[in-house]
Amino acid sequence: MKIDVLVDAKGLSCPMPLVKAKKAIDAMLVGQLMELHSTDKGALTDFQAWVNKSNNEIVKVDTISGIYTFVIRKG
Amino acid sequence: MEKEKTTIVLFSGDLDKAIAAFIIANGAAAYDHDVTIFFTFWGLNTLRKDEHVDVKKGWLEKAFGWMMPRGAKKLGLSKLNMLGIGPPMIKHVMKKHNALSLPQLIELAREQGVKLVACTMTMDLLGLKEDELVDGLTYAGVSAYLGDATDAKVNLFI
Repeated sequence: MKIDVLVDAKGLSCPMPLVKAKKAIDAMLVGQLMELHSTDKGALTDFQAWVNKSNNEIVKVDTISGIYTFVIRKG
Repeated sequence: MEKEKTTIVLFSGDLDKAIAAFIIANGAAAYDHDVTIFFTFWGLNTLRKDEHVDVKKGWLEKAFGWMMPRGAKKLGLSKLNMLGIGPPMIKHVMKKHNALSLPQLIELAREQGVKLVACTMTMDLLGLKEDELVDGLTYAGVSAYLGDATDAKVNLFI
């Protein structure tokens, strides 16, 4: 899977991971993939909710030792 | 596609409530909503410039000016303010948790295009002049608020 944009939001508190993701996705082309890292405990629910309200899609989610990794395709 | 809208009325001049309002506003902007915050009554103090601004005022207006916090950095907490030692404590904790400060949240909201509207009627009541408030505000009243709020699915009064 070729990642086009990597967003590191580790250590950042609400609402920064969301704001960083939004900024990054605005600059991407439709179909491109963003990989996002967050350590915010609400990240799983937050990003699911955000993606549901947009044309974007979560392709992959991973949780490894407190780091949430999302791969999101821009729609 | 028409953008969704979020409107927030910030009535309160408490630090904690202002932080909550700006976190929601920034989140809504990240949801691609058109976001408007209406500042009325004590909420207007969030928008005051830090420094003293020389403007013509009556004595009662001047007294209000002295008694109210001058800007986002001076707001007190709604709970556990403890005569002013609460705010530095919470600011310390927020820094430790890498949370944005209120001035940073305001800056971010502006960057994300959140519309900041100052209520002119309550500005008159509290004796606040345009020169005493930060730049880049819209000045309006209840009609402008209702115009935006009617189309907004998210309407908050804080």
